[in-house]
Amino acid sequence: MSTQTVVSRAALGQKRGTALGLGAAVLYLSLIVLIPLAAVVLRSQERGIAYFWDAVTTPDAWAALSLTIGASAVVAVINLVMGTVIAWVLVRDRFPGKAVVDTLIDLPFALPTIVAGLVLLALYGPKSPLGLDLAYSRAGVVLALLFVTLPFVVRTVQPVLLELDRDMEQAAASLGASTAQIFRRVILPNLVPAMLSGTALAFSRSMAEIGSVVLISGNLPFKTQVASVQIFGQIETDNPVGAAAVSTVLLVVALVTLVLLDLLQRWGSRRG
Amino acid sequence: MRRLLATTTVMASIATLAACGGGGSDSASGGQVQLSLVAYSTPQAAYEKIIQAFQATPEGKNVTFTKSFGASGDQSRAVEAGLKADIVAFSLEPDMTRLVKKGLVAEDWSTGENKGMITDSVVVIATRKGNPKNLKTWDDLTKPGVEVITPNPFTSGGARWNVMAGYGAKSNKGADKQAGVDYLNALFANVPVQDDSARKSLQTFTSGKGDAILAYENEAIFAQQNNQQLDYTVPDSTILIENPVAVTKNSAHPNEAKAFLKFLYTTEAQKIFADNGYRPVVKGVQGVSFPAPPALFTIADLGGWPKVTTEFFDPKGSVMADVERKLGVSIEK
Repeated sequence: MSTQTVVSRAALGQKRGTALGLGAAVLYLSLIVLIPLAAVVLRSQERGIAYFWDAVTTPDAWAALSLTIGASAVVAVINLVMGTVIAWVLVRDRFPGKAVVDTLIDLPFALPTIVAGLVLLALYGPKSPLGLDLAYSRAGVVLALLFVTLPFVVRTVQPVLLELDRDMEQAAASLGASTAQIFRRVILPNLVPAMLSGTALAFSRSMAEIGSVVLISGNLPFKTQVASVQIFGQIETDNPVGAAAVSTVLLVVALVTLVLLDLLQRWGSRRG
Repeated sequence: MRRLLATTTVMASIATLAACGGGGSDSASGGQVQLSLVAYSTPQAAYEKIIQAFQATPEGKNVTFTKSFGASGDQSRAVEAGLKADIVAFSLEPDMTRLVKKGLVAEDWSTGENKGMITDSVVVIATRKGNPKNLKTWDDLTKPGVEVITPNPFTSGGARWNVMAGYGAKSNKGADKQAGVDYLNALFANVPVQDDSARKSLQTFTSGKGDAILAYENEAIFAQQNNQQLDYTVPDSTILIENPVAVTKNSAHPNEAKAFLKFLYTTEAQKIFADNGYRPVVKGVQGVSFPAPPALFTIADLGGWPKVTTEFFDPKGSVMADVERKLGVSIEK
């Protein structure tokens, strides 16, 4: 048997494997994600577009949606900055306990989010040992969302930073560029796509959060009630169509965010 | 050789298991059945004990149970969506009505001697240990600087009892509607947090927020039995909470399910409920006493759940929707 045939047979196997893999992936994705999402959208249209519009523009639904989207935007921006800083520190700096910190970053992913709510309430609630009572306020909502979405930017920026070619920086430095210039001109452009996609993930995840905010927000309509809890309220008052309507709005906003950021990245990579 | 031995062992155990299984199904012809109980969460401890007591009786000898406990509304919707249930127990009537509409519970479920209700309770005012702010009446709760904890009535079905208790007490059982509505506005202005469920409200209260919490008497008793630091007062005028129970129409074992339902009304079962803080619905339960509020009223006095639900809890235009909206507007200012 010549080497030639072995290679071609392997390549063939790979191709067949890809088709099978693609089919399996699409089927799985459809069953788990696409069809259920389509069902929610369909459900929201069950009583017509006018009802849909009514459901999402009732004062409390509107207040909940704008709070959710607003808080998520704030959280996304803070994560963008702090997530990048943390990733930077983890990749470029050496300090004792680095491995521990690196592991800790993933903790918000691993915890049931209601546990996050309990922990935050213990530390920043009415009995705060720090004397910092943020519970039942919008600041509390933002805090809970920050906790839950912390890993997104860190974990998308970190690998890119690790693979960044340090020779480029050294070359720039030898040509007389200042540290700030190196960061702005050499490092940042390479990091931006990862930073943005991490931010987009954090933003969409924030909009979906319920477990951690449900305890610390206090669920005050018009003030601290987030969309996910408002949806829960709609279900509890036997209005599944209204619940589906608010869900659909969240879905569309998340989808638009992800698409916009993808476009932005393509545009960025073409320019760079 | 060793493999052969292992195979033989496995075969032998399978054979033994099969034999046991066979023995089990033999006795099934003697009446071994499994009932599914779907209930709201608070009476869980009581039901565990009652089931044991039932299984000690001739009717319950061969009956085993699968049990599911959770938020009343969630449980009701789960059964509506197809969760198998032989007996359903909820914290308030609309959760049962939902199943009647769906044809899962007989129309006449509430026509018996006890109108389908298995336990009673009342809404009470619970405070911190020693009641430092001396909060004992409905009016005390609207004083400036007092923080009252109660869940959001739009996310918590149970919270509706609290709303109707305050409303009924201050409107003279619904006679003076305006006085009742004014009271709700004043009360909710003192509510700093509206958790999504009664359980989370208790969590909020025990974590240090608020001076008083509107709670069910049975929950307050349960909390005290579990060494939580709180006191409670039964107001002179408050609402009688009634918890419905029923056998489903599609139960696979209606006779056993009905026998269990009947057992729930025995003094033995009612005593267990009472020990867990619930007021018994049958007379003659020994060794328990609950204070009798002089001006006790029921949801029927206020027009019944269907009327009250539309009038008070419709998210679009109802008394509570207005209360919340005014609250939101005044906070936003």
